[in-house]
Formats: sequence, structure tokens, C-alpha cells
Amino acid sequence: MAGTLAEKVWDAHVVRRGTDGAPDLLYIDLHLVHEVTSPQAFEGLRLAGRPVRRPDLTIATEDHNTPTLDIDRPIADTTSRTQIETLRSNAAEFGVRIHSLGDADQGIVHQVGPQLGLTQPGLTVVCGDSHTSTHGAFGALAFGIGTSEVEHVLATQTLPLAPFKTMAITVDGELPPGATSKDIILAIIAKIGTGGGQGYVLEYRGEAIRSLSMEARMTICNMSIEAGARAGMIAPDETTFAYLQGRPHAPEGADWDAAVEYWRTLRSDDDAQFDAEVVLEAADLEPFVTWGTNPGQGLPLSGSVPRPEEIADENERVAAERAIEYMGLVPGQPLRSIPVDTVFIGSCTNGRIEDLRSVAKVLQGRRKHDDVRVLVVPASARVRLQAEAEGLDRIFLDFGAEWRNAGCSMCLGMNPDQLTPGERAASTSNRNFEGRQGKGGRTHLVSPLVAAATAIRGTLSSLSDLDLPEGTDISSFDGTPLAPLDPRVLVQV
Amino acid sequence: MEKFTQHTGVGVPLRRSNVDTDQIIPAVYLKRVTRTGFEDALFAAWRGDPAFVLNQDAYRAGSVLVAGPDFGTGSSREHAVWALKDYGFRVVISARFADIFRGNSGKQGLLAAQVAQEDIELIWKILETRPGTEITVDLDARTVTCDDVVVRFHVDDYTRWRLMEGLDDIGLTLEHEAEIAQFEARREPWRPRTLPAKHLPKVEIAAARPAGTPLELGPTRSA
Repeated sequence: MAGTLAEKVWDAHVVRRGTDGAPDLLYIDLHLVHEVTSPQAFEGLRLAGRPVRRPDLTIATEDHNTPTLDIDRPIADTTSRTQIETLRSNAAEFGVRIHSLGDADQGIVHQVGPQLGLTQPGLTVVCGDSHTSTHGAFGALAFGIGTSEVEHVLATQTLPLAPFKTMAITVDGELPPGATSKDIILAIIAKIGTGGGQGYVLEYRGEAIRSLSMEARMTICNMSIEAGARAGMIAPDETTFAYLQGRPHAPEGADWDAAVEYWRTLRSDDDAQFDAEVVLEAADLEPFVTWGTNPGQGLPLSGSVPRPEEIADENERVAAERAIEYMGLVPGQPLRSIPVDTVFIGSCTNGRIEDLRSVAKVLQGRRKHDDVRVLVVPASARVRLQAEAEGLDRIFLDFGAEWRNAGCSMCLGMNPDQLTPGERAASTSNRNFEGRQGKGGRTHLVSPLVAAATAIRGTLSSLSDLDLPEGTDISSFDGTPLAPLDPRVLVQV
Repeated sequence: MEKFTQHTGVGVPLRRSNVDTDQIIPAVYLKRVTRTGFEDALFAAWRGDPAFVLNQDAYRAGSVLVAGPDFGTGSSREHAVWALKDYGFRVVISARFADIFRGNSGKQGLLAAQVAQEDIELIWKILETRPGTEITVDLDARTVTCDDVVVRFHVDDYTRWRLMEGLDDIGLTLEHEAEIAQFEARREPWRPRTLPAKHLPKVEIAAARPAGTPLELGPTRSA
């Protein structure tokens, strides 16, 4: 029978079919662990006298709490330090591999899996973090789980799961210059809503998706959860294989050939049936920003803050009124007129090397707006090394930005990188919830290119607002290296 | 896990949609390594507002939360469920729940009862007209009773069974240990393993230079 990509991966992992409404028991290929959602899970194992069943399918890193300054000193916040030390001692006790601060593969868990080549097509990947959907960019079935499920996977390497529905999201055509994969996913969320994906695994397809790099695909799959979906997937192709080949944990030799042969079967059959379908035209997209306090409250940058009285649905109208008040905006105000205090470039959504390269191309040779602070935080220590090998750090510093160590940082403000009450940020991260980036902080979600243009002008801006030198090809802001690598640093991110 | 069959308690109307898990418990409270003691963190940003529903005497001792649609969106933090339970909530009623939140609730004995939005509007009116009104939630009959309003709620059969029996998921799964071992025996050998660890060449990491520090160019890097 014809199947979708998600169904194929699901079926290949069923240990035991559920009967009478019971869920299927699914095998988990890769379990990523971080300090925030794991301590209570390890404690549960300890109390029950259970071991980690497959330490060789488990890997831990420190990301949510880690400071981005002074990483060579003890962590100043004692509760953060305790949580990180708890992860280290749990990893040692249960035999789990860990990449700690100071290690080149420390960083946001959703960058570490791909850069090590552990994230591969057709796997089931879980982590106690909702942005685990990122790994779906490789054609893996990857989803976030709660701490009870973290303990369940540690103990059994399986999860009981009720089947998902499937939704095809087709993005046809070609993105216009200045628009990015971030704009695609923000437009999708605005279209289907923050609950539109509930119960679904989304499969992104179409010409515009196929032409994206792995980094850009990760950005899209990463924010599937913001549409309420459990997972997002993209069928693997030559772009995927090229990204993986040669990475430390990618298969080699005959294993590589066997793996690629299997990976090529991981696509939805032409006559596969999806439970829902959505179609977008990439050519219609332009840089997108959020104006409200959930990721579905977004509009093209050329638009204006909505007027609540024009919203028909009562719940949405009340939510919009509340959001506009929290955000300190005026209905009808053009989005381009909104001044920001901070620009944050980083996170598991947009903290990868390609993002940093495209931002650096925009910022090169310029100075930031006087009233804006700019924070650039690479997703992993290895991304940081790569950026430094290409001289990107110098461009950021010359621009007036702060160049930091790797971690989740201001995306969720668990470390000292936070907004103050009333402070407004243009952020390349994934959530604009009230207080997400610090109590009282106001967040506008944007692409890296919009973040860069905003840092220059001080108000929400895109490349088209910049006085670019005559003949500049803005379609070339695509993440190609700016300079040859420093030969002393042989890295691959 | 404690068995759940029926619960009666004060209903709390939370007239907000899209209550995400950052609102239920902000990230700064996630640094603890314990599973209990999160009651103060529940709705922390809103608790400072005297008008907030839980700051009103009639609702303070509430145990059935009646919220707007799309409750529990966002982060996967199970701390959201722990905070609700630690405060004293046994049931959350909403027209739509985020998938991960719903799953986490089921694991922790918090009932996520799905009720049509029009019925929630009715219940809100009763709770706001007569603050302190109790709601009875019957998991066996799948009904929510608030004053003279009786409505059905949806919960999936498996979660309902586990809640009513008070069963531990890990124990249930380990009954099938032999099948897990058989599955493992037929996994392809090229599937990745984290151990033994394979690394790119070892690189020492120093702290990124502080902001504003003049850059010293390395000998091989042309200025």
C-alpha cells in the first residue's frame, strides 16, 4: 500500500502493534539529552533501580542554562550550576556520553546531533525539548517529549505512541530575493495557526523546499511545533547525503552505500494519501515578522499592526487586543516603524553557520544603529570555531555586536542573557510568548536577514530598506563562505 | 500513579486562549532538579496582578481549571504539569490541548479533558456568576458537571484506562522486554551509535573574546 514518508519511518520502528485502542510501541534510534528536562528522569531510574538500556543510542549536551560569557569560570548562578553538575554526574553514573562546556561539540542539542552526523534519515529521534522537530529536516521522525517520556526512553529505548495524522505542506516556486526559509515557516504558521498542526506530522515538499540547504530545512522543521505539530519532515535527497557524508558518525564504505540505498526509499509515494494538504506559493512570500505574543500572530513586514475590531473571531480578537497591549504597539502602526532595543541572532532555529554567514554579508563594513544592542550567539562551539575561522567574528565585532559562546541564550532567557521589562527585541529565535526572553520582554520573530537589516536601521527592516551598493545581488545572501577557512581550524559544521 | 475515577472541586475560569507553557511556568523556574515544589511558579508572571483569577479568594482553592482553546502550547516542559498539580489542580478543561502537554498530563495523573468551546463558554458564565461553584469530573462516564450543566468530554481510551488503573507506563512496556530485544537484533548495523564516540580533530575551546576587545589577528589570517 502507498505510504507517506512519516508512515514509512513509523512502520519501520514498530516493536509491537497496539490493539484495542492501545498505542503502538515504537523503537527510538537516537535520544538527545540536556540538563533541564533530564534530572527528574535519571532520579526516577535511580529510585526504580533501572539502568539506561542503550547508552550507545544516547548523547547529552549542556545548552539551556549555559552562560555565553566567562565559560572558563564556575557558573555564577548556583541553581544553573547545580543543574549542569547534576547532568554531568548522571552521565557519569549511567554511562552516557556528554559534551560539556569547553568541548567543541557542546552546544544546542539540535545542532550537535546533525553536526556529529548522528541525525540521519529514517531514524526516530527524541529529546526532552519541543524543538526536536528540527531533525525532521533529514527525513527522520523526530519529536519533543516530556520528562516522564525521557525516563521511559532511557529505561526501555521505546515509547508507546498513538499514530499521528499526516499533513502535506507544499511550497511551490522560487523564493524572492531577501526572503528565507524562516519567512516560509512564519507564513505557514500564520496561515494554519498555532493549533493547525495539532495531531499531525507535517511533510514539507515542493520546489522551494527542495532547493533549500540543510540549515534552511532545519529552520523550517524546527518551528513545526509552533504550528502545534508533533513533528515536521522533509524527504532526504542529494543535499541531505552531501551534508552527512564524512561526518564523524555517518556510515562509511559499504555501510554508506547500504544506508543511501535505504534512504532513497524514504519519500512519500506518488499516490500516498495525506489527511490534510496545504499549498503555498514561494514567489508570494516576503520577509515576515510577528507583531503579537504567539508565533501565529505574524504578517509580511510591509503590513501594519492589526486593528482588533476588524477581527471576527471573538477569541482571536481578545487575544489580539491583549497581545497589542503587551507588545506596546498601536493598531494600524506600520510594522517597519517599530523601533527595537535588541537584536538577537542565534538559537536552534537560526544560529547555524549559514545564518551567521548571511548576517555577516549584510553587516560587513557597517556600524550598528546607536540605540540597538546586538547579540550574536552561535548554536554550538563548533559553529563558533567555524565562524571565527572564516573571520565572521571580526565582522560582528567591527559592526558593534557582541560575539558570544554557544548555547540557547536569549531564546528562552534561562541564562543571564535576558530582556528587561519593556525591552523590545528582533529575534531570530522561535517563540514570542509573553516573557519568553525575560520577564516583560517583547519579542518580534524575524529571519536572520531581517535581524541584520534591523540592527543597521534600528527599526524592523529588510534588505530592501538598506542602501546596498549598486549592483548588489541580494539573492546571494545564501550562506556561502565569505573567506577561505583558517587552515589551523579544520572543522565541519 | 494515583488512580483517577472522579473528582469534585472548585472551578477556575481562565478566559485566555493559547496559554503556552512559558505562561504556565516561566523558564527561570526550570532550574530545579526535583519533581515537586513548583506551586509558586504556576502562572508566575500573572500572579503579581491582583485581578488575576487565582488571586481572588473564591478561586484560590480551585482544582479544576477551565481554560480557552490551545492550552499548553510551546515548550515540552513537564514542569507545566508538575506546577499545575503542585498548586492543587487535578483537571484542566479546554477545547484544544497541545499534543505534548496532553501526553505529559496523562503520565502524571492530571486529567486533560477536552470539551467543546461552546460548552466552556457556558461553564465560564456559571463560574463567573457564582464564584466558588464546584465542578464534578467523572472519568468513568466522561462527563463534566457544573451546576445544572452536564457536558461530555473527550479523552482517548488508553489514557483513560491508565488513569483509572493508576498504571506506570515503564512497567507496562518492560512486560514486552523480549519483543524489544528481538527488534534490536534485527536493526541494521549501519544505524548510528553514540558510543564509541567519534570526533573531529580535538580543538581547544577558550572563551569567546569579550565584546569590544580589539581583535588580534592570527599569523595565518590576512587582515
